[in-house]
Amino acid sequence: MAAAVEEKRTRLISGPGMLLVWLYGVMVVGAVSRSVVQISTEFDHAPLAYSLSAVAGLVYGFITYSLVRGGETARKVALGCCAAELLGVLTVGTWTLVEPSAFPDATVWSDYGMGYLFIPVLLPMTAMYWLRKSPSERPG
Amino acid sequence: MFDALTLTTGVAALLLAAWCGWAAYRDQPTKDWHFIGMAVVSVLALVQLVIGIVQLARGEEPEQGTTIFVAYLIGTLACIPAAGFMSLAERTRWGSVTVAAGGVVLAVLEVRLYDIWGG
Repeated sequence: MAAAVEEKRTRLISGPGMLLVWLYGVMVVGAVSRSVVQISTEFDHAPLAYSLSAVAGLVYGFITYSLVRGGETARKVALGCCAAELLGVLTVGTWTLVEPSAFPDATVWSDYGMGYLFIPVLLPMTAMYWLRKSPSERPG
Repeated sequence: MFDALTLTTGVAALLLAAWCGWAAYRDQPTKDWHFIGMAVVSVLALVQLVIGIVQLARGEEPEQGTTIFVAYLIGTLACIPAAGFMSLAERTRWGSVTVAAGGVVLAVLEVRLYDIWGG
């Protein structure tokens, strides 16, 4: 049984997974390019906000890579990263509302990702739902 | 000139999103006609990139900076082709949903471009 599972990496990007990869890909480009521009041009203006955007970009990049790579380990790792991401969005989102002065400029996760159509907060929930079981256990 | 193009591309992107969303609703993958639609939207984005660069070359300044402006122009050009290739790899309704999402993302980028240019 275990051998059969290991034989071929389980595809994580079939069906709805493809949509997830696309949205995560967009977020990678958004968060990474944003933080690169801001860190290289005006880091002193809001170091915390720009560093957080960079971290968010890295997390998104890692999740995207895991989804594309596939396999049981990647699924578990991606699931963990999504949980961390959700925690990050909720923490930073609350933080920006409670103490706006710590953030002279917005991050990707400010106000729960409102500037990004709330995708940052919706995406990890959807991804966790999608990744909660291994595809072999999934019906259909 | 640039603002008119931004508006046109944004509306075209939303139409493409609705069209592919309809295909997904009917449980269909993207077909040749959808790809022609994607090509049209991508050509609009390409024209926008060229015109944007011409405007820069003529000495006009985007309100929020040249770097961000060019980055967004490249992003708008890459958006639909990337989604299109993904829908080629996923020949189910989910490929159509991906392109529909790509259309919405492009429309959002156009709104941002409008602000960045300072229209």
